[in-house]
Amino acid sequence: MRSFEFFEPTTVAEASRLFAQEHAQLLAGGTDLVIGMKALTETPQSVISLQKIPGLTGITTEADNSISIGAMAKVREVELSADIQQHHTALAEGASEIGSIQIRNLATIGGNIAHASPAADTVAGLLVADAQVDIASADGERSVPIDELFTGPGQTVLAPGEIITRFRLPSPASGSHYIKHKIREVMDLAFIGVAAAINLDNGTITDARIGLAAVAPTPIRATAAENLLNGNAPTAELVEQAGEAAAAASSPISDLRCSAEHRKEMVDVLTRRTIQQALERARG
Amino acid sequence: MAKHSVSLTVNGDEHDLLIEPRKTLLAVLRDTIGLTGTKEGCSTGDCGACTVIVDGKAVTSCMVLGVTASGKEITTIEGLASDGELHPVQQAFINTGGYQCGFCTPGFIMASKVLLDENPNRSEEEFRHALGGNICRCTGYTKILEAILQAAEEIR
Repeated sequence: MRSFEFFEPTTVAEASRLFAQEHAQLLAGGTDLVIGMKALTETPQSVISLQKIPGLTGITTEADNSISIGAMAKVREVELSADIQQHHTALAEGASEIGSIQIRNLATIGGNIAHASPAADTVAGLLVADAQVDIASADGERSVPIDELFTGPGQTVLAPGEIITRFRLPSPASGSHYIKHKIREVMDLAFIGVAAAINLDNGTITDARIGLAAVAPTPIRATAAENLLNGNAPTAELVEQAGEAAAAASSPISDLRCSAEHRKEMVDVLTRRTIQQALERARG
Repeated sequence: MAKHSVSLTVNGDEHDLLIEPRKTLLAVLRDTIGLTGTKEGCSTGDCGACTVIVDGKAVTSCMVLGVTASGKEITTIEGLASDGELHPVQQAFINTGGYQCGFCTPGFIMASKVLLDENPNRSEEEFRHALGGNICRCTGYTKILEAILQAAEEIR
């Protein structure tokens, strides 16, 4: 690992000013950055730890069941939060799929998202939760919907010096589910991640949200599939059409892990399965 | 680059150290403090050999910068026995022969210790899944699992 200057600011503004400098990297849980620095794929001249900044941790639930997750909340906390398990099951399931317990005790949800891997396991759950991403810098604050955060693999709309501070999950879904397509039980990257969240009213789907990971340059919502479901009673035929629409929305690549064709085929299959499971949960 | 002064509590002993920010917690424990019971396996977080307990949580110490562990309570394999008495999970590994070359053993024991503290009533399948971040290069998993189940029974 190359040498670097280490900073532990206590305010977001101070962290932002340091992070806006050239060759600076933020340190949250370190599970990506420290490994990258060892491999010399990351050679920052300054590393800015977010650990000492108050207000970036914790998971809180408001009276209307909306949930706020601090960017420095550990992935393990997200996984084990009773409120997230209940209202955003897909997110809790996604969190439980990351690495090992030892890694989840270090890794943060902010880091998982800011790293902007299209295969991040918490991203599909945040997509179907309609999460808002709170961003702060020395110049002020703003908030962007999660589906507008990513611009490419490893790329986001974050400007130099901008830091993700919090995720706000406004609307709980009555049923949601996440499926990670993988080979190993644990310690694996997603070939594909699919999340679905569904609200039912008297047997009619009032709100369907489908999030896809690792099948496009960025995580995406499968809006055409959602539109097929919205306003209709769920039938086997409709769910099948939604699976096909989700596959059509994907644009996967072939890599060492599997082929684009396999990924596209599996998006169809897994979207159907995920919707069925979310429906089952929505029915209670 | 400037060294940073950190204060680590390791196995109950306070250590005030000057360390380079690029030193991992694993390197600080082994090279600076001299506690070599914690092992370096893959050094990428995949094998779990470097597992230690920080503020009650099992973490892979190869992924932690030592400077960020300042002020925290760290327990390593050397701190598990008390008053010459082995922790039940250590004793169980001896009873069952839950090791072959022994390199992964400290990591397995530290990870298991937290799992047993949290809930000794996990099923065999749940223990297996929860220990997915620990790899035994000798593939001696059967005896390792036997040890953990025996320790769980002891603790219950």
